Amino acid sequence: MDFREIFTTAREALLVSKLRTSLAVLGIVIGIAAVITLMSLGQGGQQAVSEQIESLGSNLITVLPGAQTSGGVRGASGSQVALTYEDAKALESAQIVGIDAVSAELARNTQLTAGGTNTNTRVMGVMPGYQIARNLGIASGVFIAGQDLLGQRKVVVLGPQVVADLFGEGANPVGETVRIERQAFRVIGVSVAKGGSGFLNQDDIAFVPLTTAQKQLFGTDSVGSISVAAISEDFVDQLRDEVGFFLLARHGITDPVDADFRMTTQEDVLGAVSQITGTFTALLAGIAAISLLVGGIGIMNIMIVTVTERTREIGLRKAVGAKKRDITAQFLTEAVILTIVGGTIGIGLGVGLSYLLTRFVPIPFVFSLESVLLAVGVSSVIGIVFGFYPARTAANLSPIEALRYE
Amino acid sequence: MIALKDITKIYKNEHVEMKALDGVSFRIKEGEFVAIMGPSGSGKSTLMHIIGVLDTPTSGEYRLDGRKVGQLTDDDLAEIRNKKIGFVFQSFNLLRRTSAIKNVMLPMVYAGVNQKKRMDLAKKLLSQVDLADKTDSLPSQLSGGEQQRVAIARALSMKPTIILADEPTGNLDTKSGAEIMDIFQSLNKKGNTIIIITHERYIAEHAKRIILLRDGKIVEDNMNHRQKDVNRKKAN
Repeated sequence: MDFREIFTTAREALLVSKLRTSLAVLGIVIGIAAVITLMSLGQGGQQAVSEQIESLGSNLITVLPGAQTSGGVRGASGSQVALTYEDAKALESAQIVGIDAVSAELARNTQLTAGGTNTNTRVMGVMPGYQIARNLGIASGVFIAGQDLLGQRKVVVLGPQVVADLFGEGANPVGETVRIERQAFRVIGVSVAKGGSGFLNQDDIAFVPLTTAQKQLFGTDSVGSISVAAISEDFVDQLRDEVGFFLLARHGITDPVDADFRMTTQEDVLGAVSQITGTFTALLAGIAAISLLVGGIGIMNIMIVTVTERTREIGLRKAVGAKKRDITAQFLTEAVILTIVGGTIGIGLGVGLSYLLTRFVPIPFVFSLESVLLAVGVSSVIGIVFGFYPARTAANLSPIEALRYE
Repeated sequence: MIALKDITKIYKNEHVEMKALDGVSFRIKEGEFVAIMGPSGSGKSTLMHIIGVLDTPTSGEYRLDGRKVGQLTDDDLAEIRNKKIGFVFQSFNLLRRTSAIKNVMLPMVYAGVNQKKRMDLAKKLLSQVDLADKTDSLPSQLSGGEQQRVAIARALSMKPTIILADEPTGNLDTKSGAEIMDIFQSLNKKGNTIIIITHERYIAEHAKRIILLRDGKIVEDNMNHRQKDVNRKKAN
């Protein structure tokens, strides 16, 4: 029996009960659309997060205080202060090949006030190198300079979100005064918007000279982190080692296992984050796959009903010479047609829906061919898996019992 | 070509055991026209299903063209039903939503005959049963007699040597019934082996040999010397 004949017969059989066929198809449509939409949103989210991390500077090595290994014996540093402003200054003047900029940072969340308004934001003490290390643009005014650190000057560079909160959208506050911890700071610049939202909002920030933050605001000698920017990505791995050994030597530690700091590159962060978002995407797709499974069961249900209804027809077909495989092929084809039609509509709906949704949430629209291929593959497999049992039941009917069936 | 030896068929359900056939033996040679008669419940339909390899006997041996049917696979049996035997049923058993010509083509579809060939042959067969103008009609648009003629055309499509008809006139009026019997007789004249199941004597009278069945046993197996010839009667 040639395929065209099987296909024609299957199509005719499916068109007999249009409502029933449509409902069975609808189950698959919803399942596939859900998988595609959620995968697309997940991948879009992943892309958005990755882009934000990359915008922090892809040549960046971050040094953080703390032991490199957990449970290892810490080196006797003699002090709780693991990383200092002096470490950063030493790195800056060490003339290690490949270093573009160095900045130590110390950040706390605190309240800023200007006139009658106030906002809670992240106040970060930085060195001038921060601007290069983190690709920070200045929209108006200037960034913090070496002189500001030397003089522990009370100057501040505001992020656009803070400007909006304190002075209103689009205002230019350069020259104005804001109060941090009840001390007056002169606004010397406004940074360029970097985007991001929630805890990733890179615009809700205020920069002050590192020395001012340590001595005048937070009363500490330590720094939260040191950023080292390489002149290009190719130097990152090499620099990571050199900076590491430089700091070990400075801290008088011989065995790297005892290091009192750890280092991460943007690549590490990116890897960790994309692992998390990847897991999240898989979870979403998994949930959507449940609706696909339910759709598949719907197909199976319809096919079982169809086989029962057409018992006499099956008997007649067998009486005129249909072999088991002819009957199996016939009903399997019907199930696969249902799922492929459902899958195709589902893909259209899913792509359309994810496009629409990305216009309302700050996630880029990602059209991934792989999720479409996956959906097509999954829907055909569902057709075969869930169509097989009813098709087999039909093929195994005894012709005479089938003919007698009322 | 058909040889049945000591065929029994027992139907069981959880309460009762029913012997539908009880030691039936006979032979049918090529070119015969046999009527199997008997009251309802005599086992004649079961016998026909076994001859038509739609069903298997509980015990006994059935040889078709020398091959032991009991040893054949499902696919072999499907092939026999496709090529050697043409079935005609009391209730016609046409596919409801399928045109007359497509119904006729169905056995050829399973035999893998190509589209053009089966279309040509189906048209020829339908014109042989005087339905040349009804090729695209659905069964519901045809009268009972016409539906049965479509079924006969379908039975003939693979040029089988044996035609098995189970009460072919049972659902038809006398005139249509006579027309159907007319067709069977002319097929027999062309050399087809015809086996008809009926419980009506005047239908059986068309056959050359009448086997009478009662309670699953053969009680009579006679040549019918008074064969009614529909063609001759018509000529008069």
